[in-house]
Amino acid sequence: MADRPLLTPVEDGLIGRRGMLKCMAWAGTGVLWTVSGGVASSVLASEASAAATAAFSFVQISDTHVGFNKAANPDPIATLHEAIAQVKALPQQPAFVLHTGDISHLSKPEQFDTADQILKDLGVPVFHVPGEHDTLDEGNGKVYLDRYGAMTKAKGTGWYSFDHGGVHFIALVNVVGLKGGGSGSLGPEQVQWLADDVANLRSSTPIVVFAHMPLWDVYTPWGWGTSDAPAAFEHLKRFGSVTVLNGHIHQVTQKVEGNVAFHTGRSTAYPQPAPGAAASPGPLTVPAGELHSVLGVRDIRVVRGQHDLAITDQTLAASA
Amino acid sequence: MRFRLAAHYPYLIAGGLLVAAIGVAQAPAHAADAGFVAKIANFAFAPPTITVHAGGAVTWTNADDDPHTVYADNGAFKSQALDTGDSFTQTFANPGVYSYHCSLHPYMVGKVVVQR
Repeated sequence: MADRPLLTPVEDGLIGRRGMLKCMAWAGTGVLWTVSGGVASSVLASEASAAATAAFSFVQISDTHVGFNKAANPDPIATLHEAIAQVKALPQQPAFVLHTGDISHLSKPEQFDTADQILKDLGVPVFHVPGEHDTLDEGNGKVYLDRYGAMTKAKGTGWYSFDHGGVHFIALVNVVGLKGGGSGSLGPEQVQWLADDVANLRSSTPIVVFAHMPLWDVYTPWGWGTSDAPAAFEHLKRFGSVTVLNGHIHQVTQKVEGNVAFHTGRSTAYPQPAPGAAASPGPLTVPAGELHSVLGVRDIRVVRGQHDLAITDQTLAASA
Repeated sequence: MRFRLAAHYPYLIAGGLLVAAIGVAQAPAHAADAGFVAKIANFAFAPPTITVHAGGAVTWTNADDDPHTVYADNGAFKSQALDTGDSFTQTFANPGVYSYHCSLHPYMVGKVVVQR
């Protein structure tokens, strides 16, 4: 299946029963988001997949929390392995993976080591941004930066950008130097860097921004937002297609504002409650047998010539 | 923030009574003492306002399944990441008001009022 474009089971008469079941499970749980000119519409993945031939795809993995061992998931290493197996089974292999932070649970070198070792199985480059769990060392993120900064020539606390297939990818850090009483923060130095980074891009260039904490106010009482995100988006408002991917809240939510589409993604480790649905945003223990349906990965396909990103959220239950 | 103040109002009262009782019954704590016993639970510092005498200490213990830190707003003191069951003790030598937060979840805030 690896080299074949995604087809619905009916159209692809060549796939075996096992592959067919996998595709059906995938289509049944996936909702495909097409973002064009600021208008988002969702259709079932099975209806739209045949028409779209992606120039390339990439995957978002988030909140792997290697080192976590509480009731909400005593073995997040096992679920990370499952997530990676699911990515490797995708019909179209990703060009790379974006990890939107909280690689580790407590920023310990052995936790980063374990995560890196497992993520290596993907066989494609992994681009990181830090989560607040990755910057708990004495140097407030120095351990993270020493490990991951060189690959991307990261600036400041770890921000950088790169281009792939005509899309401009921007990695932002909103978890360092947070002020009491607030939420996520980028800081003026990073916002200025962003302004300079996009200054010479054509407005038709598709932009993908990724960070750990949400870059819009999902739920202020739990700090699920980034206080100075509006200052950053001032510099992106001239672009026709801006897609924002983040983790942190361990659940899928979406919002479209003008030409900007915001998406939070699932964790591979444990779920968190919906905004305000519990006394705190702490790890949520779901009934036995339901964990896989609240963990997952995200597949993003870039459609050639259209500036559209087709986003499919897939739970770990889809491959079980 | 109105939501949080309302949620913690009972703690404010309870904390105040507890501090009053300790103030009457105890001599100033030694540096090695755990001092005032505070907890971190449900992503909140409890009680949110703690009053001790100069030279007194406060010990926070994390009861959550997520790590937290005790991080002075002005950087004067900070704990390491406190995993479930971990504690952090800070002694306050000088009078003043010390505001702090959790560096992972900065909406979690508290303060220590140190009296003469």
